[in-house]
Amino acid sequence: MARHSNNKGDTSRSPHGAAVLTLAGLLGVFSNAANAAWELNLQLPVTALARRVYDLHTLLTWVIFIIFVGVFAVVTWSIIFHRKSIGHKAADFHDNTAVEIAWTVVPTLILIAIAFPATSALVAMRDTSQSDLTIKATGYQWKWGYEYVTGDAAGVKFMSVLSTPREQIDNKAPKGEHYLLEVDHPLVVPVGKKVRMLLTATDVIHNWSVPAFAVKTDAVPGFLRDTWFRAEKEGTYRGQCSELCGKDHGFMPVVVEVVSAEKYAAWVAEQKKAMAANADDPAKVWKLDELLARGEKVYTTNCAACHQPTGAGLPPVFPALDGSKIVKGPKAAHLDIVMKGKPGTAMAPFGAQLSDTDIAAVVAYERNAWSNKLGELIQPAEVKALRGK
Amino acid sequence: MQAAQHAGDAGHHADDSHGHGPTGIMRWITTTNHKDIGTMYLWFSFAMFLVGGAMSLVIRAELMSPGLQYVAPEFYNQMLTLHALIMVFGAIMPAFVGFANWMIPLMIGAPDMAFARMNNWSFWLLPPAAILLTTSLFVPGGAAGTGWTLYPPLSVQMGIGMDMAIFAVHILGMSSIMGSINIITTILNMRTPGMTLMKMPLFCWTWLVTAFLLIASMPILAGAVTMLLTDRHFGTSFFNAAGGGDPVLFQHIFWFFGHPEVYIIALPAFGVVSHVIPAFSRKHLFGYTSMVYAIAAIGLISFFVWAHHMYVTGIPLTGQLYFMYATMLIAIPTGVKVFNWVTTMWRGSLSFETPMLFALGFLVLFTIGGLTGLVLAMTAVDIQLQDTYYVVAHFHYVMVAGALFSAYAGLYYWLPKWTGHMYHEGLGKLHFWLSMIFFNIAFFPQHFLGLAGMPRRIPDYAQQFADFNMISSFGSFGFGFSQLLVLVVVFKAMKGGVKAEARPWDGARGLEWTVPSPAPHHTFEDPPKFDPAEAHG
Repeated sequence: MARHSNNKGDTSRSPHGAAVLTLAGLLGVFSNAANAAWELNLQLPVTALARRVYDLHTLLTWVIFIIFVGVFAVVTWSIIFHRKSIGHKAADFHDNTAVEIAWTVVPTLILIAIAFPATSALVAMRDTSQSDLTIKATGYQWKWGYEYVTGDAAGVKFMSVLSTPREQIDNKAPKGEHYLLEVDHPLVVPVGKKVRMLLTATDVIHNWSVPAFAVKTDAVPGFLRDTWFRAEKEGTYRGQCSELCGKDHGFMPVVVEVVSAEKYAAWVAEQKKAMAANADDPAKVWKLDELLARGEKVYTTNCAACHQPTGAGLPPVFPALDGSKIVKGPKAAHLDIVMKGKPGTAMAPFGAQLSDTDIAAVVAYERNAWSNKLGELIQPAEVKALRGK
Repeated sequence: MQAAQHAGDAGHHADDSHGHGPTGIMRWITTTNHKDIGTMYLWFSFAMFLVGGAMSLVIRAELMSPGLQYVAPEFYNQMLTLHALIMVFGAIMPAFVGFANWMIPLMIGAPDMAFARMNNWSFWLLPPAAILLTTSLFVPGGAAGTGWTLYPPLSVQMGIGMDMAIFAVHILGMSSIMGSINIITTILNMRTPGMTLMKMPLFCWTWLVTAFLLIASMPILAGAVTMLLTDRHFGTSFFNAAGGGDPVLFQHIFWFFGHPEVYIIALPAFGVVSHVIPAFSRKHLFGYTSMVYAIAAIGLISFFVWAHHMYVTGIPLTGQLYFMYATMLIAIPTGVKVFNWVTTMWRGSLSFETPMLFALGFLVLFTIGGLTGLVLAMTAVDIQLQDTYYVVAHFHYVMVAGALFSAYAGLYYWLPKWTGHMYHEGLGKLHFWLSMIFFNIAFFPQHFLGLAGMPRRIPDYAQQFADFNMISSFGSFGFGFSQLLVLVVVFKAMKGGVKAEARPWDGARGLEWTVPSPAPHHTFEDPPKFDPAEAHG
């Protein structure tokens, strides 16, 4: 069923399945809490911390439910028995110091009682010390970049972009099981290890969030924030950017694959091999058609969201590249805006994100695609020469 | 009775005003009469309510099913931004200023507001602000698409629509500050002899505290958006790390305004309900003194809890703990208020005319919103729920069911005083029940969406969220169209109907009921004698 929840677990196995069911019954809203499409509660936790949060939320929900029932039982009693229409005469009282002190003191005691578990869960949540590996996540409009900072995979880095096809979003194709919650390269972490996440962003504030881990932290441009998780169960866990970051805020999911130690080691080896194989020879001289093929891929991943696959853009915020003055003008200015961005707009500096070859390829592609048939070729060496200028 | 001298004017509202100055449109542009200005505030706010409501229906239409159907994501962002700005600054705040203008002089026995000409200006600043906000949709790049919180650096990326929003906020702030100065001065200086502060109607108390909150917080918002403006155009780097600034600084400043703003909206709503519930319970308000202290405490604490909107921004652990405890503290005075209303009803002689129904609706739904607020106060839980639909549900229970339902309670309660006719009770009750049912269909399922992890401010969503979104959209369309009933009710009451007595509600207390219905154009030119039996507590 396409509407299965993100986590591999099944609601009926939840330690609180019964509580959820009872609550739903009491509220008289829906009887079928086990159906994932009618999910009534937090996602199933897969870290010890997320379980504490889950339990704390359950406790609080019961507390407020009981308070609500208590208060409105009194109101209901009044509505039924103290009506004018059945001839009830109004009493004449308007103060009672003892009662007023009681309903100030009792809520205070309830609040103090729930402050204890709330405090200890929070203190645990912020303890990022003694992690087994550190990964830096960088928010871009609108994708995540991951870089393994410590551990076996140190040095591995890649971009993680939404992989749901455009046709599904535009309702031209049936939606897949993980519609909008799937990426080309998920983050891969070993099970049972304490993973410390460092978060930052390059353009606007994003937020890295995985509900099953109870992790949600802003990625603020120019600053580093940290958070952590220790996933207890293998599986694929999905979240989304949780801070409005512009046009495609709804289209930059977070996907984390938790794998066994062996699988993780194999993945790391594979990544390192792939990185070595993919490393472009910076001195290579490219031919136009192979460069354009590469450039189209880079364009689709990095540029098409704003400037559109047709190059028509979404003016005036996202200008057209087809027929653009910059694109059809001198290539130095074109390379400059791609590498350095345009401050005060959504145009990000891609110099740090993309390799020399990718920048050369995408700029060449833009100068040759659509009606911009300049026939011009740009070599990675030219990009390299511009770096640091 | 002072009002007796005006008895001959009763029912000749229009004639009464003609003798005093310009007629036609100029009467409204130049008026300094608190009743005229109150009426204009109320109509303005209802017009803005319809505009903001139409925007929310665009949002709910897009969210009815997964996939992009009707609007592009960037336009969706503009809709949610303007919906919030217009509802907060254009609909809810002016509605309660309208009540304040109409009712405060009548409640305290004053002939008008203290600064009658400034009163005119503070109203007429609103339409330009509304025009700036709504027409920003049509400028290149469209309106601000940042959410009403206007967080940089995203807001620095926006087009000229953002500048229009900033100037609109400046103008609205000026209007609010002038209105507040007026209200404070009126309440403190123009009460009829014998009406001490602790005998003053509770609505005046809530507005007195609200006006101080406004004066203290609106300049902060104005400062924040001005810094944004200079970051955008004059090369400053308040919110840009590359220039030594910090994007999170904006959030601190914004929420230092933004949290008191919540109570700026909620407190006058508390005030209205504190009049309606005793009237239809035919009892005195229970615990008047503790109500006043609770209002003052809420107003004060509201300045010390701002960063509970920022638990995920990376503020230090000690900061999170402090803001968690401070936020929990607000639950105590708020609880006191709810208990007082409940006890006011206890052993009363209850009847359920439309104002009472809306007050009860307020009580139930505002309590739900307050209780989910307690859940959100717990930092560890909030981190799961921040920026999800749980928060959207929470603040709509507080803002719509709290402020709007209370405004309706006040509208139905005082409409006979304003128009001189009783409204159509059947239509009023229909309006209440449709609002109550559709509101819950629209917003209750959003709690579940948020728990399951659906982020807010997204135009499209994963498939497991489809069913509750469909229900929510259905409810919001029902809620939206039910609100048109108010227009019918108000027009009918303006045109005619059963003539209202000076005191149409047998349990109502207060000086406003000692003048005829409709209230003559000028009332209390001489201070009335204050009868302690009319006192609130």
